[in-house]
Amino acid sequence: MEIDLRTVAIKPLRHTFDHIARRFGDKPASRYQEGTYDIQQTDIFHYRPMWEPELQLFDKRRTRIQMKDWYALKDPRQFYYGAWTIARARQQDAAESSFDMIEERGLADIVPEEIKQIALAVLVPLRHVEWGGNMGNSYISAYGYGTAVTQPCLYHAMDHLAVAQYLTRIGLVLEGPDALDSAKDAWMTGAMWQPMRQHVENVLVVQDWFEIFVAQNLVLEGLTYPLVYDYLDGDFSANGGTVISMMTRFMGEWSAETAKWVDAQIKVAAAESAENKALIGDWVKQYRPLVLAALAPIAQRAFGDQADTVLAEVTAQFNARCSKAGLTV
Amino acid sequence: MSNVFIAFQLNEDTRPIIEAVLADNPHAIANESPAMVKIDAEGELVIKRESIEELIGRDFDLQELQINLITISGHLDEDDDEFKLSWLN
Repeated sequence: MEIDLRTVAIKPLRHTFDHIARRFGDKPASRYQEGTYDIQQTDIFHYRPMWEPELQLFDKRRTRIQMKDWYALKDPRQFYYGAWTIARARQQDAAESSFDMIEERGLADIVPEEIKQIALAVLVPLRHVEWGGNMGNSYISAYGYGTAVTQPCLYHAMDHLAVAQYLTRIGLVLEGPDALDSAKDAWMTGAMWQPMRQHVENVLVVQDWFEIFVAQNLVLEGLTYPLVYDYLDGDFSANGGTVISMMTRFMGEWSAETAKWVDAQIKVAAAESAENKALIGDWVKQYRPLVLAALAPIAQRAFGDQADTVLAEVTAQFNARCSKAGLTV
Repeated sequence: MSNVFIAFQLNEDTRPIIEAVLADNPHAIANESPAMVKIDAEGELVIKRESIEELIGRDFDLQELQINLITISGHLDEDDDEFKLSWLN
């Protein structure tokens, strides 16, 4: 008996879900597309929310920003749950091995006292700022519109908790549990932190979710992260505090990555209409001086005489970044 | 002029790579077989890191190609940015 082997190519009748095919045509879609586009619930809202009966449960009017298609605010990193957890797990492994090495070899003991005090005074209380970032981004994912933007905001909110945990561990490694109590004290009563605390708490009660996005993700993070994880970190490394840089590695990497995502959102929203562009520009102009004022005493503690120069450089870089995203600021 | 070709397994990872290759090489022709795509091109075929990165939204190392690579034909010229197949005369 003779057996002929032959390959039969079976063409699938359709390559993806209908709602994805309507957007991109019937071809194989990426996981990101399938997990993102047109997932937002749009119809059949029987009940109005009792706390806000003039709006629907999911409503485009919860921000003054207007978009024809909210899915234009896509994530350049293409994070869906799987891709995001895989990326973060890899970074967590790297961070974990740094912390392990520092703890095993007692490397925290060789950090010069002055550097250590700056780290305890500046880095550790920042964990309370991170909590504000978590709240703001959770709010956006709850009240925002369109999975393309609400999904990465939830990831961003959880990443803020991760950063807060790393900052906590820095305190534990450098000084032990007392570091956290003194950081909480500094946050609640210390003069240096009150302007920042006031600003973070003011952003907590903003209603417009896109305004929170601009205030938190663009302005607050856009000014604070370069200041702390770029300039201050450079100072640490230059003065014998490389150990601290090993512990803040995630924050540096993460802020560079998320800045690309934030810029992409701002760019698309600002390019949509002149109104959006003006509105976002106004928000930047409103929040930038507030954040700079809140950062001033912190920069003073971190950089001493150099504080004004460093802040001016950070501001110039931030302004350049905003212009690149299409804003007039 | 002779053809060069490259064949990939067809899966979630290679779809953006194939898309990038076809966009960068308008003269290339993709032949789909079950679970495999063979891309033929006359003379030369260039795979660019940048185009793939744009599609997948993350950093890409051209060595990642090897994971799903089935076969190639042509002389290979590879650096960090490009993976180039051609017949050098």
